[in-house]
Amino acid sequence: MAEALLSSMAKSDAVDIREKVLRRFEVGDSAFHTITMSCAITVLLLLGGVIFSLVYGASPALRQFGFGFLTSHAWNPVTENFGALAAIYGTLVTSIIALLIAVPIGLGIAVFLTELCPYSLRRPIGIAVELLAGIPSIIYGIWGMFILAPFLQAHVEPAVIATFHNIPGLSQVFAGPPYGIGIATAGLILAIMILPLISSISRDVFNSVPPVLKEAAFGIGCTRWEVVRRIVAPYTGVGLVGGIMLALGRALGETMAVTFVIGNAHKIAPSILGPGTTISATIANEFTEADGALYTSSLIALGLLLFVITFIVLAISRLLLMRVEQQGAR
Amino acid sequence: MASLQASRQLRSVIAMALCWVSAGLGLTALALILGALLWNGFTSLAPAVFTQMTPPPGAAGGLLNAIFGSLVMTFFGVLIGAPLGMLAGTYMAEYGRGSKLTMVVRFINDILLSAPSIVIGLFVYEIAVVPMGHFSAFAGSIALALLVVPVVVRTTEDMLNLVPSTLREAASALGLPRSLVIRHVAYKAARAGLITGLLLAVARVSGETAPLLFTALNNQFWSSNFNAPMASLPVVIFQFALSPYKEWQQLAWVGALIITMAVLALSITARIIGAQRTTK
Amino acid sequence: MSKILLRATVVAAVLGAAASALAIDISGAGATFPYPVYSKWADSYKKETGAGLNYQSIGSGGGIKQIEANTVTFGATDAPLKADELAKNGLVQWPQVMGGIVPVVNLDGVEPGKLVLDGDTLAKIFLGDIKAWNDPAIVKLNPSLKLSDAAIAVVARSDGSGTTFNFTDYLAKVSADWKSKVGVDKAVQWPVGIAAKGNEGVANTVANTKGSIGYVEYAYAKQNKMTYADMVNLEGKTVAPTMETFQAAAANADWANAPGYYQILTNQKGASSWPITAATFILVHKQPVDAAATGEALKFFAWAFANGGKEAEALDYIPMPANVVAMIKKTWAAEIKATDGKIVFEGK
Repeated sequence: MAEALLSSMAKSDAVDIREKVLRRFEVGDSAFHTITMSCAITVLLLLGGVIFSLVYGASPALRQFGFGFLTSHAWNPVTENFGALAAIYGTLVTSIIALLIAVPIGLGIAVFLTELCPYSLRRPIGIAVELLAGIPSIIYGIWGMFILAPFLQAHVEPAVIATFHNIPGLSQVFAGPPYGIGIATAGLILAIMILPLISSISRDVFNSVPPVLKEAAFGIGCTRWEVVRRIVAPYTGVGLVGGIMLALGRALGETMAVTFVIGNAHKIAPSILGPGTTISATIANEFTEADGALYTSSLIALGLLLFVITFIVLAISRLLLMRVEQQGAR
Repeated sequence: MASLQASRQLRSVIAMALCWVSAGLGLTALALILGALLWNGFTSLAPAVFTQMTPPPGAAGGLLNAIFGSLVMTFFGVLIGAPLGMLAGTYMAEYGRGSKLTMVVRFINDILLSAPSIVIGLFVYEIAVVPMGHFSAFAGSIALALLVVPVVVRTTEDMLNLVPSTLREAASALGLPRSLVIRHVAYKAARAGLITGLLLAVARVSGETAPLLFTALNNQFWSSNFNAPMASLPVVIFQFALSPYKEWQQLAWVGALIITMAVLALSITARIIGAQRTTK
Repeated sequence: MSKILLRATVVAAVLGAAASALAIDISGAGATFPYPVYSKWADSYKKETGAGLNYQSIGSGGGIKQIEANTVTFGATDAPLKADELAKNGLVQWPQVMGGIVPVVNLDGVEPGKLVLDGDTLAKIFLGDIKAWNDPAIVKLNPSLKLSDAAIAVVARSDGSGTTFNFTDYLAKVSADWKSKVGVDKAVQWPVGIAAKGNEGVANTVANTKGSIGYVEYAYAKQNKMTYADMVNLEGKTVAPTMETFQAAAANADWANAPGYYQILTNQKGASSWPITAATFILVHKQPVDAAATGEALKFFAWAFANGGKEAEALDYIPMPANVVAMIKKTWAAEIKATDGKIVFEGK
């Protein structure tokens, strides 16, 4: 009788304890769930916050200049007349020059690493190229200013100017004086910066081609080049374009590497050997000293413009790369 | 027939030769940059760099306050950003796998990952510097935290997705509630990958200059005051490199060397830890 | 005995630590024009009193912006504010030191002081009308120099700068073309050339770019051993940038009758006057939010007036004359008051 009483008491205690523990688990679970979900939503809010604050900061300038902000190349702090065209032009031209140089070389490196390189060297060289990606951009900037620009000014630019001097049309594109710094130099530095990005994404994409496809092509007698051009490239085309667009997005937004070598001239000139400016270089150089609400607001408007442009480019690249992942999963 | 074969072979040889040249160009660029950095940095490296403050123009000095500032702001940036990123990544991998919210967050996160850091600097200027009325190391830490978050979210989600579900199911079968399954099983299994992600995030923000330009500004003296401008290596390099003073330019190279060595050390450590994981 | 010594050492250490902790760091921002001499003064002041000066050399535009936003204790500018602007922002302004702006060039085979330029030619170069070094106008001023046909690379300022303000003021005075096409301000739309940040950036860029010409405060040209040009002044005499020629120009200033000590010293009379001379000014709030910090700043500037002359002259800056210093101190006592009405400046 006593035992039955004791055991029933113990059982209800155990039930109590068990219920308490289960409830604690439940509370802990839902708390953890809520915390993690709110952190995930915070990421979304972050993007929203960035866009909202940029729009808020830029609205005085946008209200003042309207759509003309995008088409005017004036940049006059005296009369408070600001226009983004020179900065947009510089941003686009330097990025295009960077792509023209980096895409062929990056693809070449990727082909080299996947097809031609001796197996033992593949990892070290791959790592070496990725080391280039790890170097912070300010180092590219000072390297460009102290080493590349004087070299270009002393040896390369005079030769280029002399070569194109008498050719109509191109003589405008390569006109002097040889500054050493300028749009072409900035484009070259950007090219070196986005090179590892293009080559590593291309290499990953090339590696995703099923070997059986390449072996079949080799089997019917295709040369290496034909395999790359006719089998690998079409199969990976979407991924390659995605990677290139990612590199473009990076080049458009790059600040420190460009600020040192762009020359800070708010001008649109036909010569790529001359100075120019990009959106990010303008903001970096002028923001801390901009006096006047309209000046500051115009710089923030430039930031908003840059964010919108890079957002679009990066979104397209993301969509293309997502398609490649789905393709690979199939 | 033979001539067609020959021309095809020739084209292939030329194309492959160009690929060799590309690889050579890439490696040459790396050698030139690292070489200049090592040469200019090491020739000016001295113990004074780590013991003295940044000097006025024309005098000798060191980088102590800048190194301290970088370390402190990076530390707090990671302290704020890493938990946020890790929890968000946890949600995406554990609770929301395959859900619409996860897809959207992943998409947005990848865009934030590659967005220009100067825009983040402008954002933090608007939300931290303007309301406070002055530049501060606090604002600088916030800017770095915002750069850490996307990296950590991405790596956390990827690493947690790699943990086999059988581990989780076994733990659940033993009676562990969901949150403890995540914390005691999934995190432990993905620990190496998570640490790798953290190291990569630190490596990324170590070299960032633009977001610090209008948040923490700069300070030529020692400052441990979070409510005041604080020096940092990248901003000091920016100022010193653009000046005509030889001592300042030399210090800029030394600072660049320090940053690059730190970033490379972090990346290599991350790689080693990641490799250990796969061999286990 | 050793115990007493130990205790004494500890007390001294603690007091020393406390003293250095009490020493306030003065915060200021602005013009790059006086940065070489301000940093020399700051070094000496710190050695004497332990108080440091944290000066952000970001250009006159930035200095004005920061003092108006109250993010620093004092602002520094070579582009003085007019009386109505001072009143609007509740600021007090005074000149701290004067100096000269010189054109610097990077030409092989040309030594400092050998190249001669006049205002009109300088304006045409910066307008882009004169494109090559062997242009007839330059050759006419330098018959004995061998000038090549190299293109002139113009280097200007990208930031808001009082140096630019004084330089463009001079160009507007000597060239009607400049006045109508570009104008006078801390930042202008430069017709040609590249732009660099701060006096430091211009000095650096000119030193690295062959065939270039820029304008910097003389201390930058002197410290970095750059090639400066002599100029032809208002009275047609060729003068070199020296303390004497800067002083000759500065002697024309009428400080007593200038509200807010507003004076522009470009293109002054005098056979030996340097045509691009300028004074650089300090701005503080009439009713500073942090009266103690402003008091410390005023102590520093008073110290600089009394003891900084030699260091300024070593860099070819001109200290303010004694009678002007007396006027300035009277202004401090009269105008800078804490919120409770107490005069901020302690001392004489």
